[in-house]
Amino acid sequence: MSQSYDRGLVEDFGRWREFSAGMWAWVFHKFTGWVLVGYLFTHIAVLSTATISAEAYTQTIVGLESLLVIRFLEVGLLAVAVFHILNGLRLLFVDLGVGLEAQDKSFYASLALTGAIVVASVPTFLAGAV
Amino acid sequence: MSTQVTEQETETEEQSSHQRRRLEEKAERAASRDRMRERAENDLDEADTTFTLKVFRYDPEIPEKEEPRFDTFEVPFTKGMTVLDSLMYARDHYDSSLTFRHSCRQAVCGSDALFVNGTQHLGCKTQVVDLGDDGGVPGEIRVEPLPHQEVVKDLVVDMEHFYDQMEAVEPYFDADELPDGMEEQRQTRENREKIKMSSRCIWCGACMSSCNVAAGNNEYLGPAAINKAYKFAMDEREGENRKQERLEIIEQEHGVWRCQTQFSCTEVCPKDIPLTEHIQELKREAVKNNLKFW
Repeated sequence: MSQSYDRGLVEDFGRWREFSAGMWAWVFHKFTGWVLVGYLFTHIAVLSTATISAEAYTQTIVGLESLLVIRFLEVGLLAVAVFHILNGLRLLFVDLGVGLEAQDKSFYASLALTGAIVVASVPTFLAGAV
Repeated sequence: MSTQVTEQETETEEQSSHQRRRLEEKAERAASRDRMRERAENDLDEADTTFTLKVFRYDPEIPEKEEPRFDTFEVPFTKGMTVLDSLMYARDHYDSSLTFRHSCRQAVCGSDALFVNGTQHLGCKTQVVDLGDDGGVPGEIRVEPLPHQEVVKDLVVDMEHFYDQMEAVEPYFDADELPDGMEEQRQTRENREKIKMSSRCIWCGACMSSCNVAAGNNEYLGPAAINKAYKFAMDEREGENRKQERLEIIEQEHGVWRCQTQFSCTEVCPKDIPLTEHIQELKREAVKNNLKFW
């Protein structure tokens, strides 16, 4: 064998149509995980205004909440958090070796439940803003 | 002097007779190629259904094939045809240089794991009709070598790394002590049931090729090797010491912990081994092995 050919990452994201349930669950779990880590850091920026004065903090919060885009982002944040929790529970069962043959169904169930919870939350999050 | 001349003469005579034979053989081969092609044309005319086989081609030793490309072959469908059958048809009728591994043709030897229509399949175990959208014969089947392994020629990949990982888990029965006065080492029915599925592995490498983690981390043992480790670690006849040694191999940094439970391996395994389940069980064993509550 004098030479061989490295095809590289054949199954890259370009093949996303061929991804299976387990792969999507993994992709979404990583993505939502990073979004939640990012959200933790925004707390530093917002909460640190309280070190200036109580009014400054209140003003920041009220100012943020008056922006429509923030209301929508909050809906998105809830979606991300709920999916991460539900899929986390699914992974807990996978780790315990319970119901591994239903792992794809439990992924679809966590997606559906996330969707339902997010839709139900929309009136609360957008109240007074739209 | 004179002897030398006669020697030369006989040599040229021999050469010419050799050459004649070679040319004759060559002509015969060309004729047989034409016959096969003709036969293929007949087959295609007679067949009710045909499909296109799109095959990955690469050969570093031939200038025209140095640059990887896809070749298409028109194959007549026959009932019960597998992907391997269609590859063999293409090789026998169109291009004898089409290269792929195969041996037993009944999903036992594990030679013909291929990337068929974007998923790892065993060529001999995959029915052409199962690849169509509505359970019919598909218009086109795309056959590629297994991803994440280097291609040697056409559909043949370098399996060396896969075999290295398999060897790393010491995949052979190795009991602490042998029972006295008995030739057999009996296994309980329950224990046999427990390791039954894991013992079905045929070393085809489909799981390893489908694994996203193994693709990016060459040190990761991979599903097949961990499954092998499971087979022996769970075998009660080996004894505690050997099990301990086995657990030490699989609980290394690039052992079971790299599994991200994407279930890709479990989905492509042609022998339906619950690979993820076995990996998860070994993870629990590893945790239990290291947790001490006193």
